[in-house]
Amino acid sequence: MDLKIASGTANAEERQAVDSLLGQPSETSQGAQRDESGLRVSRGGGELRKLRHLLLPTLHSVNDRVGFISRGAINYISQRLDIAPAEIYGVATFYALFDTNERPARQVHVCIDLACRAASGCTEETLPEGAIPSPCLGTCERAPSVLVIETGVTVRQEVLAPATKTQIAELIAGKSAPTEQPIAQAAPQTPDKSLVLLSRIGIVDPLSIVDYESNDGYKALRKAFAIGAENVIAEVTASGLVGRGGAAFSTGRKWAAVASQPVKTRYLICNADESEPGTFKDRVLMEGDPFAMIESMTIAAFATGCQHGYIYLRGEYPRALRNLTNAVEVARNKKYLGNNILDTDFNFDITIFRGAGAYICGEETAIFNSIEGYRGEPRNKPPFPVEVGLFGKPTVVNNVETLFNVLPIINDSGEKYASWGSTGSKGKKLFCVSGAVNKPGVYEVNFGATLRELIDLADGLKPGSQIQAVLLGGAAGGFVGPEDLDLELTLEAARAAGTTLGSGVVMVLDQSANMVDQLQRIAAFFRDESCGQCVPCRVGTVRQQEALARLVKSSGTNNAAIDLQLLRDLGQVMRDASICGLGQTAHNAIDSALTRLKVFSA
Amino acid sequence: MSTQVTTGLQVRKSIELTIDGKKITAPEGSTLLDACRASGKEIPTLCYGDTITPKNACRVCMVELEGSRTLVPSCSRKVEAGMVVKTDSERTTHSRKLVLELLGSSVDLSLTKNVAKWNQSYDAKPSRFGAPSYHHDNRDDAVTGHHHPPDGQTAETVHQPVKIDNALYIRDYSKCILCYQCVDACGEQWQNTFAITTAGRGFDTRISTEFAVDLTDSACVYCGNCIQVCPTGALMFTSEYDMRQAGTWNEPEQTQTDTICPYCGVGCALTLHVQDNTIVKVTSPSDHSVTHGNLCIKGRFGFQHVQNTKPE
Repeated sequence: MDLKIASGTANAEERQAVDSLLGQPSETSQGAQRDESGLRVSRGGGELRKLRHLLLPTLHSVNDRVGFISRGAINYISQRLDIAPAEIYGVATFYALFDTNERPARQVHVCIDLACRAASGCTEETLPEGAIPSPCLGTCERAPSVLVIETGVTVRQEVLAPATKTQIAELIAGKSAPTEQPIAQAAPQTPDKSLVLLSRIGIVDPLSIVDYESNDGYKALRKAFAIGAENVIAEVTASGLVGRGGAAFSTGRKWAAVASQPVKTRYLICNADESEPGTFKDRVLMEGDPFAMIESMTIAAFATGCQHGYIYLRGEYPRALRNLTNAVEVARNKKYLGNNILDTDFNFDITIFRGAGAYICGEETAIFNSIEGYRGEPRNKPPFPVEVGLFGKPTVVNNVETLFNVLPIINDSGEKYASWGSTGSKGKKLFCVSGAVNKPGVYEVNFGATLRELIDLADGLKPGSQIQAVLLGGAAGGFVGPEDLDLELTLEAARAAGTTLGSGVVMVLDQSANMVDQLQRIAAFFRDESCGQCVPCRVGTVRQQEALARLVKSSGTNNAAIDLQLLRDLGQVMRDASICGLGQTAHNAIDSALTRLKVFSA
Repeated sequence: MSTQVTTGLQVRKSIELTIDGKKITAPEGSTLLDACRASGKEIPTLCYGDTITPKNACRVCMVELEGSRTLVPSCSRKVEAGMVVKTDSERTTHSRKLVLELLGSSVDLSLTKNVAKWNQSYDAKPSRFGAPSYHHDNRDDAVTGHHHPPDGQTAETVHQPVKIDNALYIRDYSKCILCYQCVDACGEQWQNTFAITTAGRGFDTRISTEFAVDLTDSACVYCGNCIQVCPTGALMFTSEYDMRQAGTWNEPEQTQTDTICPYCGVGCALTLHVQDNTIVKVTSPSDHSVTHGNLCIKGRFGFQHVQNTKPE
C-alpha cells in the first residue's frame, strides 16, 4: 500500500515497544523507503498485511511502555504493519484503556459501576481528581475497587479492593497498593474438593502444574484422547451443557456444527472478556485454576478439530493474565501444548489476547474483529461463527465457565453431569453474589437452588439489611424484588418469571441503595459501551439515558407518562432492530425496574 | 421447487419465498430488499447504497422474518427458500418510526432524500425527545467510554462545525448518519486510499482522519468517491456548498448532461450538473459497468477549464 504518513516520528521508547513485539525492522518491512538512487521501494506489503492481528497487541505494547498512543507511534506501526494511519487511529480510539492524547504514565481507574456504587464507592460526581472513571472492574465481591496501571519498561498493574477514598487518593499520589487478597477469598465455599467447578480453588498453587497434575489435572484430556473426538462431543451433548456467557446455547450442538465443517482450518476462542457489571466468576476460575482452562480448551479443540486457540482476556484482569501466561508457557514446556500433545498426532497451541477496555468485545463476532485488528464492532449474522468466524474460518467461541464444565463431563460422564440440576437446566452453575450479603463471592450450586438458598449460602443479609431489589444477570439482566426470593435459579424458571440468569450475577441491593442512581448508571454504561455501529443502539442508549434523567424530575407528574412510553418505545426498537446482544438487552434491566419495582410513577 | 432464471451470462437458481402472504420467486443470491422491491413493496433505506456492500447500520429497512427472534435487515439478508417475510407489521412499522426519530433527533437530515415523506408515513416525530443540544464544540476530542451526563431536558445531537480545509469539498458531519459508505469507498471497497475511518465509540463515533488532521495532511487523493456515495449531503462539493450558503443553489433548474471524461483513455462516464450555464458539480452514474460511479480527482473536480473565459 502506498502509505501517506502525516507528521510525527516515534521516539526510541515507542520504537522499542513496537519492535519488542514485531522484531527488528528489516529493510523491506518499512513500507516505503528510498533506495540509494532515491527511488521509493516498497516490498513485502502483502506479507505485512497478513500480520494485522498483531495490531492490538502492538498498541498494547506502546501503551504499556509510554501510557498513550502518539502520532509518531501510529506512524511507526503504520509502516511496520502496512496499515494506513487513519485505520490505526480508528482502532486505537475504539478502546477505553487507550488514549491518543498524552497522559501521565500512572493511571488510576476507579470503578463507578453498580456494585461499587452500592458499596459507597465513587460516582462520576465524587471521583477524586486525577482518577479515571471505569466501568465494572470485575472484583465486585470486595467492592469498591480500583485498578492502577503504571506504564514503563515493565508495566505494573495492581488491583486494590476494597479501596477507601483515602486509599484512592494515596494511589493517585503514587503509593503502591498492598498485595492483593488470596484468590480463594473470592470463593467462600473453598477449599472443598467435592465442588465440581471450584474443586481446585484454594487447594492448588495456580502457578504449579505439578499441583495441577496431582489434583486430577490432565486426566480428562487423556480420557478424551482415548475415547476420540466424536465421543467427546457425544458426552458434552448428553450432559445438556449450555453456554454460561448469557445466551445459553447448547455447547454440544455448537461443537458438532464446527466439527462437521468442510473447512479444516478452524479456531477456538475462549471468551474471557468478562465485563458484564457484577460478573467475576470467570476471573476467579482463571486466577485460581488456570491449567484447567488450558486443559479444557485443549479438549474442546481436539473435539472440534481446531489447530489454534485464543483466550480473549479482558484488559483489566492483571492476575488472571499473569497466571494464564504462566500456565500457557509451562504447559507448552511440558508438551501439553504444541505438536504431538501427549504423544498423539494432535497439535494445538494457545495465544492470550488482551482486550483493551470494551464490553462489546465480549460479543462473539466483535471478538473476531478485535483479534483481526479491526474495530471491535459486531458482525452481521448469518453467517454464524461455526461456519464463518475468526479469519473467515469455522470458529468455536466458548465462555470460560462453559469450558470448565467440560472437565467433569469427560472425567465422569455426560449422564452423571445431566443428573444435576433441573429438567431444563443441567449441571452446576456459578453465581456471582455481591452486595448486601455477609460473604459475597462466587458460589457453585446445582441449577434449581432458589435465590433465598443462594443468599443463605452467602451467609445471609448483612446485619440490618433488607432486600430492596436483586439484580439478576447483570446490566443486561433484570431486577427482581424481595417477593421473588423463592425463584428457582434455572433457565426455564427465570424465563417463566420474565427475567434471566444471564452471566450469573446476583447483586443484592438493600434499602440503602439508590435505585434511581443504579438505573441511571446502567443507562450510562450502555451508552458508553455501545460500539456505535447501528442506530437503535447508538442513539437509543443516549435517548434512554436522557429519558431517565427527565423522569428523575417528572416522576409522579403527567409528563412522566410520556417518558415512560418513550422508554418502552426505545426498548422495543433496541430489542427488535439492534445488530447484536448489547443493544438488544440494553433496556432489559431498566424495563424490569419500571415494571416490577415501579421505580417511577406516572 | 426451483426453476432456472437466466440473468446475463449467469444462470441463477430461482428461490421461492412468501412476502406479506404472497408467494414470490427471487433469484438466488439476491437480498430480501431486492425481492421486496421487485414485488412492489416500498421499503425505506438510508445507509444502503447501490455500489457498496451493505453495512446494515441504520436499521430502517428491517423486515419481520418468521422464526427470527429479532427483525432482519432486508438490505443484506439473502433470500432463502421458504422464508416467510412481513414488510408491514406492527414491529417493522415501530422500528422504522423509531429509527427515523432517533436519526432525526440527532442528525441534520435536511438534505437526506425522502425523510420528510417517511416521517409522515411512519408518524415519526423526532422532536419528542426534547430540544436539540450538543456538548462538544469539537466531537473529535471525545474521550472513549466517557460522556457528558444529560441535562434532563434536551436531546443531544452530533452537531459540529463544518470542516472546510481544502478547495474542493467540505465535510459537514452534523449531517452524518454513519452509513460507513464513505469509509468503505475510500478504503478497501473502491479507492484503497484509507484516508478516513470511523473513530471513537458509541454516540461519539465519527468519521475522521488520523488524529482528525485536515484532509490536506491526510492520505486523501480527492477522488471524491466519498461524496458520490454520501446519502445525506454531509460531504459536498465546495461549489455546491458556497451556492447553498449564498442561497443561489437551485436544483430544480439544473440540467444533467452525461459525457465522457476527456482526461485519459479509461473513458469514465461523467454527469455534469449545470446551473445557469455553469458546471456546479460532477457525478458519475453508479450503474456504469466499469466505474460504478467512481472517478479520480481530474474527472470529479477538473471541470473549471471548460468554463474559464478570458478576462474581458
